[in-house]
Amino acid sequence: MSTFFAMNGYGFYIWSAYGVTTIALAIEVIALRSRRTSVLAEARLIQSDDAIDPVGAAE
Amino acid sequence: MSINWFRYASPATFYPLAGRLIPWFAWAAALLAVAGLWIGLVVAPTDFQQGDAYRIIFIHVPAAWMSMFLYVVMAGWSAIALGFNTRLSAMLAQAIAPTGALMTFIALWTGAFWGRPTWGTYWAWDARMTSELILLFLYFGVIALRHAIDDPRRADRACGVLTLTGVVNIPIIYFSVQWWNTLHQGSTISMTKAPAMASIMLTGMLVMSFAAWFYAIAVALARVRTIMIERERSGAWVSSLQEVRNA
Repeated sequence: MSTFFAMNGYGFYIWSAYGVTTIALAIEVIALRSRRTSVLAEARLIQSDDAIDPVGAAE
Repeated sequence: MSINWFRYASPATFYPLAGRLIPWFAWAAALLAVAGLWIGLVVAPTDFQQGDAYRIIFIHVPAAWMSMFLYVVMAGWSAIALGFNTRLSAMLAQAIAPTGALMTFIALWTGAFWGRPTWGTYWAWDARMTSELILLFLYFGVIALRHAIDDPRRADRACGVLTLTGVVNIPIIYFSVQWWNTLHQGSTISMTKAPAMASIMLTGMLVMSFAAWFYAIAVALARVRTIMIERERSGAWVSSLQEVRNA
């Protein structure tokens, strides 16, 4: 197993490349999920406002 | 049999379609990535010239291909948006930009960590590398321009024009290794001649490329769904969505 990670001395370069790629993709997916959650929450808020006051008379 | 493609040109009909497609693309990407990593890191033998450092190409080459493909796809949707004033096309262009920037970053990063043991340097102002860096700045420029303009339809047009102007950089990246004789080597894979690499290495690279394609499609579809709600949140179709009605 340790010979696999050593990659004949190239381990540092290989795992730096693969590691940062994995982190970057994970950040994209997590950021997108949290953006979707907040956008949905905002849409719910606006839609419930519209349901209470459909013509905006209270503004 | 004729399919009415325009049926899916409206956000209200495209939103549920995209939602059904995402899991398929995401699972295909995950399975292909596992297979590709297995081939690339375990099955493929050590290269006789580059040692094990060459294994970085299994992410570098697919990411570099994707960085260019995604820009062309983004430019295609931008052109349709500018020409026909269709809002879904503009949203698709908007949804692709961050993933394109990410793929460009990955291509540059992995290239640096391949270049250091192979060429002896992380970075050089070589034609291929410099034009790829310009591509990253083009993606950043499109994203920044979008954030700088409040009216989304005006932002669509401005970003569309910038995106289409930047397309000129794509052939420069692609042909840079032929036009300038600088550090980056020529392509290993070519449409016109047999690939100059062992077939197991080629298989690993192609499997990883398909994984990158499906990943990009899944993420872009997920992002375009979010953008649709963001931009049309007071629309009637948004109010009828299950995920909006159930708090």
